[in-house]
Amino acid sequence: MDDTIHLETDVLVAGGGAAGMFAAIAAARGGAQVTLIDKNVVGRGGASIMAQMTCAAALGEAEPDDPQVHLADTLAAGRGLCNERLAALLCEGAPARIRELEGWKVNWARADDGSINQVKAPGHSRRRCVYVDFLSTGAAICAALRNKVSRDGDIRRLSNVSLTDVVTRDGEVIGAVGFDVATSLPVAVAASAVVLCLGGMTKMFARTTSPNNLAGEGLGIALHAGARVIDIEFLQFYPNGHLAPRMVGLDPTTWEPTRVKLGGRLLNGKGEEFLHNYGEAQDAGYSTARDALTYAIYKEVADGRGSPHGGVYLSFQHLDERVLTAALGPVIDIFRRNNIDLTRQPVEVFPIAHYQMGGIEVDGDMASCVGGLYAAGELVGGANGANRLSGNALPEAMVFGARAGETAARFAVRRGKPAWDNDAARPHLEPIHAAHGGNGAGGVSPLALMRELKELMWRNVGAFRSGDKLAQALDRIRAMRARDLPHACVGAGRIHNASLVEWFELRSGLRAAEALALAALHRRESRGAHQRDDFPETRGAYATNQRIWLAGGELRSSFEELRA
Amino acid sequence: MTNARQKTARLRIWRGTSRENGRYEEFDVEFEDGDSVLDGLVRIRLKAPDLAIRFSCFNANVCKECTIVIDGKVEYACIAKLRAGVIQLDPLPNRPLLRDLVTDTLSHKERF
Repeated sequence: MDDTIHLETDVLVAGGGAAGMFAAIAAARGGAQVTLIDKNVVGRGGASIMAQMTCAAALGEAEPDDPQVHLADTLAAGRGLCNERLAALLCEGAPARIRELEGWKVNWARADDGSINQVKAPGHSRRRCVYVDFLSTGAAICAALRNKVSRDGDIRRLSNVSLTDVVTRDGEVIGAVGFDVATSLPVAVAASAVVLCLGGMTKMFARTTSPNNLAGEGLGIALHAGARVIDIEFLQFYPNGHLAPRMVGLDPTTWEPTRVKLGGRLLNGKGEEFLHNYGEAQDAGYSTARDALTYAIYKEVADGRGSPHGGVYLSFQHLDERVLTAALGPVIDIFRRNNIDLTRQPVEVFPIAHYQMGGIEVDGDMASCVGGLYAAGELVGGANGANRLSGNALPEAMVFGARAGETAARFAVRRGKPAWDNDAARPHLEPIHAAHGGNGAGGVSPLALMRELKELMWRNVGAFRSGDKLAQALDRIRAMRARDLPHACVGAGRIHNASLVEWFELRSGLRAAEALALAALHRRESRGAHQRDDFPETRGAYATNQRIWLAGGELRSSFEELRA
Repeated sequence: MTNARQKTARLRIWRGTSRENGRYEEFDVEFEDGDSVLDGLVRIRLKAPDLAIRFSCFNANVCKECTIVIDGKVEYACIAKLRAGVIQLDPLPNRPLLRDLVTDTLSHKERF
């Protein structure tokens, strides 16, 4: 008996974060019927809602600014690898999206004269980053978009649906398959165009700012569908990730915006400032780009000058309590509930996996090389090169999401409905039928495999890499995919079977992890977020992008001039 | 991490896919001061991967998916703290039960 749930739509958008919601709204505006799915909850899953503060846009409200200046800063941070066309699209498109969100009731923080507040985040040459108090930027944006999406009659939302494969015929998309998390029933969606907005792969690291759902599935799914991936060796480690003491109720990214806003002091385990030892001017600490800051903190710890939990201290003790209270508002109560009193003690911070710079290779229409397959948000590569500027992730999600929705709708309307093809879909539905039966006892659980992978990625494919560790990781990842995953114990029961979700996260995510390890092994230099202990210099021969694709069941890689 | 986990909480967790045919199962979990109930549940799942819980953001308290009943009160598992002794965890009342601590909290418009 075939219990597959069949759906039909013009544009299928997978991923309900800011990119996916902007894509859905734009596609509906372009005349398409849209289905928007999320493995968790549309508008609540994903990374966008977790964004605390900075969202960069050259509005020119705080001081004169121009998208071309924003572009110059973005290209400088990207260490020579940005796709200038995509970076320009991001910078030029950002102000309109900020104004649009303002119209949708996002309350950007404002100065006394009514102008929108803009702060200078690390790596920016202007006061450019807008935000919503207190540390609620992502939550406010997602609430507005959720509201907008839910009132749009042309958008059907489906939460708790996990995408597992894009279905193609003759090199063009005809839809996608997945399963309903609540019931484990297979889901098949016939679609004229598919927009992947599934985020990055930072969940694959033991220490991460990622929500539980960013397992690299978008990359794995796109590679399997025939799309190409670029710059995937560049993964940003957030320099001031919270380390200790245990703090709950706040994202571990809390400290960078707090530090930027208030001027926190970074100190090593001996209580000494250290950034100036890494080529930073004494007073330039807050403008240090993320890759440079991560390097400095790692080296302090590696050289024996770390804090008790193996990080460095971030101190606000020089600030008056009233200043702290005014700047942090209700957030100070969250610190208090965690027994953290910033007037009396520093916290410990250490770099933590945060953002995937590389991703699916797309053109200025957000189209991949597979007909009808589009992508947006963290899942696309190009705009950020080897290192992303603080504050560029949200405008990337908004601008690219809207762009992808618009172009996918145009493609879908022009193309009309492709015929669904059971023969093309069958090999993709088969693993869902096979896995949800539960294969009993004995095997290792997908969760245990995931745990092992997270430790492996953190240890061997982290912020500082070497050829032997990367090769080791690559071997183990390939063995996990070929040998361990097929025998992993999914467990019985079809109702909300989390191990089924985890099995499919690994199925695609292991491909993503393999792509990252392979690309990192091949780039025999250090640049931006990719630092090799065995190749510490930046080398001119590598001032070019690396492309990864799948051919004959194996990942291939080549360095090519891809910049527009 | 340098600190050994010193304390033990006993989580008494409701298990099952219907309210009529369920049972409580107890799991001991070691913790450090400051750890959340969700930290404990994630640790338990390593040994009991079929335990159903739901969360996305894990730390940030923005996704609201981890809402359950803790010792009789509706709370977020991600910010409720573990403490030594027995802590009883139940699925939300007045919501259709899916499995263990997971209930259907979605709007019908977001479902098939």
